Amino acid sequence: MTLATLTRPWAAMSYGFLDASAKREMRRKIIKAIAVPGCQMPYASREVPIARGWGTGGLQVTLTLIKPASVVKVIDQGADDSVNAASIRRFLSRVSGAAETWDTLEATILQSRHRIPEERLRDDQVLVLQVPNPEPLRPVQPNMSIARQMHADADYGRLWLVLYEQMVRSGRIVQGAAYPSLVNGRHVMTPSPIPRWDVPKLHMAHHLTLLSAGREKRLYAVPPFTRVEPLVFSDVPYQVEDHAGLTCHRSGLSGVFMNEIPQDSGGSVFEASDSNLGIKAIRQAEGEATKIGPMWYENGELRP
Amino acid sequence: MTVMERLAPQLVTGAPLLTMSGISRRFGAVVALEDVAATVWPGEVLGIVGESGSGKSTLLRMMNLEDTPDTGTYHLALPETPGNLFDLDRFARRQLCARRIGIVYQNPHLGLLMGHSSSGNVAERLLIAGERSFATLRAKAKGALEASEFPLTRMDDPPRQLSGGMQQRVQLAKAIALEPALLLLDEPTTGLDVSVQALVLDTLKRLQRDRAITMVIVSHDLGVIRTMADRVMVMRHGRVVEEGLVDQVFQDPQHPYTQELVHAKL
Amino acid sequence: MPNSDTGTQVLRVEGLSKSFRMHHLGQSLHAFEGVSFTLNAGEFLLLKGPNGVGKSTLLRTIWRSYLPEAGHVWFTHDAGRIDLARAADVDIAVLRRRDMGFVTQFLIARPRVPAEEIVAEPLRKAGVAQIDALEEARRWLSAFGVKRDLWRAYPTSFSGGEQQKVNLARALIQPPRLLLLDEPTASLDAGARAALVARLAELKAAGVAMIGVFHHPGDVAAMVDRNILLTAKEVENVAL
Repeated sequence: MTLATLTRPWAAMSYGFLDASAKREMRRKIIKAIAVPGCQMPYASREVPIARGWGTGGLQVTLTLIKPASVVKVIDQGADDSVNAASIRRFLSRVSGAAETWDTLEATILQSRHRIPEERLRDDQVLVLQVPNPEPLRPVQPNMSIARQMHADADYGRLWLVLYEQMVRSGRIVQGAAYPSLVNGRHVMTPSPIPRWDVPKLHMAHHLTLLSAGREKRLYAVPPFTRVEPLVFSDVPYQVEDHAGLTCHRSGLSGVFMNEIPQDSGGSVFEASDSNLGIKAIRQAEGEATKIGPMWYENGELRP
Repeated sequence: MTVMERLAPQLVTGAPLLTMSGISRRFGAVVALEDVAATVWPGEVLGIVGESGSGKSTLLRMMNLEDTPDTGTYHLALPETPGNLFDLDRFARRQLCARRIGIVYQNPHLGLLMGHSSSGNVAERLLIAGERSFATLRAKAKGALEASEFPLTRMDDPPRQLSGGMQQRVQLAKAIALEPALLLLDEPTTGLDVSVQALVLDTLKRLQRDRAITMVIVSHDLGVIRTMADRVMVMRHGRVVEEGLVDQVFQDPQHPYTQELVHAKL
Repeated sequence: MPNSDTGTQVLRVEGLSKSFRMHHLGQSLHAFEGVSFTLNAGEFLLLKGPNGVGKSTLLRTIWRSYLPEAGHVWFTHDAGRIDLARAADVDIAVLRRRDMGFVTQFLIARPRVPAEEIVAEPLRKAGVAQIDALEEARRWLSAFGVKRDLWRAYPTSFSGGEQQKVNLARALIQPPRLLLLDEPTASLDAGARAALVARLAELKAAGVAMIGVFHHPGDVAAMVDRNILLTAKEVENVAL
């Protein structure tokens, strides 16, 4: 036996890029976050080869969870083909040997910025959301030490106050993305800048959602079958974006969340924000054997 | 030759709303409060008078559970709070203060979110107590502001755009929005113009008369205490030097300090 | 409620003494010493004596604006007897609301409360409905000669005489068990004085025990049962 037989061959990096101690810390923090749904856990947030603000938080979680058998889907505003999504997805497969996919149904880990796919996620899938600002109290309490005390006290009166003042000023709730939501009846979280359309998908979901902010070094989780309730007044119902009546001009899909594309004519057309769903719909229309999974919304109404 | 010891109450029925006893508090070498006791009966207005540093504001902060003494007990005769309130944990204290105790500070910055709307400031208190209907919040905030004689045309303006007297009315509306068992007033009119001061005091007086709210009012201004209070406690160097009916303490002060105070004023 | 049985003792003052200790002068100012007398329901006692002898001081000591230093002031209320000289402050407050009245020439007017509401307040505190209390208040304002257009006005702006009428109407609207009168007729015009005397006679007939100092004792001469002559350091009971 020589020293060489006991030593692993030199490699440029650890499996999955992050070193063992970094992953160990991430695993511990993820478990903690799952144990206290919606509660922000601080973590070290290592350097990864993309810039802060481009999904480093989500990337670190995905790198920790990934294994050779994983199938990863990465979306940016619903699109699999944006430069950022493509780069992250290629990086993930290169450092782990995991397979890449665009199809929500095939993925085991979905890393996303600003959207949740329209097809219902299953209990064998993990959704990783990239979070720019994890603190829902920041707009009402700039001092983060005090904000933490407010979380400890479940003192969320000021978040309601913001909604109250929106009602007073505008007659409706104008909060769009990142709608503050109460998790498991205890902690208010920001669900990352997903549209109001996507927030109800987190409520009593079958899948695990991990939300991670790399620059802010905070991660939190919505475990499967956990209540996620957007803050609303009892007499002012929560409303999602009014997209139910819109039709995607490319795929013909309707009843899904749309991107508005302004036209030179001054009008605008719409296209499905979940781009791979649009692609599948087109393929299906062209007679290809493509499977579209069960959807969260049906005719613009959330299914129970 | 001293006055005779007063007997225990015989005619008032029921328990005092507020009972504090043996309250002592030191800040380093400084004695802020030394063995202070206070009793407030339901519907009564207790005045606490004394110069700066006499401990009167510290005592009021303790009544609002913002500070804890080194020794001493504090009871409120409310069904949900059987024990010494200083033993409550942070969460229970917050809940108790939000639901049962209202406070108006001299400095409106302590009591108000200056950048949020005035009605929102009142609504926040209701929100903390769990009110979730927008219509109810709006109506109750309006009602409380109206009771504080705040001009409703300005109810959605932020306090930072309001005059001092109006800011105090917003604080008052916030304090009474949940119909508290106890209303604490810490120099509520100090720093206001004399005419505004009179109007704010008058509002307080009206509220007291119409709703029989139990109040504790702290002031260095004897005129304020005389207008508002039924009984008065005179504090000096962290001790209560004299206590009695307001007319008695002002007309027949016993302690040399009280005599000095009364004669200097009148 | 006042007892119409004139034999019932309402007040028994025993050896009551008062002096004022002036700390800044290092001396005591003597008021009176060893005052004793009794007062029954429906009796009217007139306090007499030279100026500065302590007549008002005695009334205020019974009312407990002044703290006595010796003696007893036994007061009979619904449920028994209490010593006003040493009763708890809260008990005094209860008795002042319920059983005792004090009329002075000084009004403590409050800003922005209309005259009729000031007068009606004792009735409202006793549980009378607002509308009935106000009606009764207007009746008394009218009886004391306060003009109708002043009823909704604020007494802070009234002349001394008009303020005094509001004050009297308020003090006398609700018959107490014991009424202390400290020169109530001072600064009143003849009409109001007559109304006051008439009301006092009514109260006396209803069993209210009264003790008073009067600037014009002739006004109440017909009602007086006994005089109390207060001289320096002592008091003499003088039968009428």
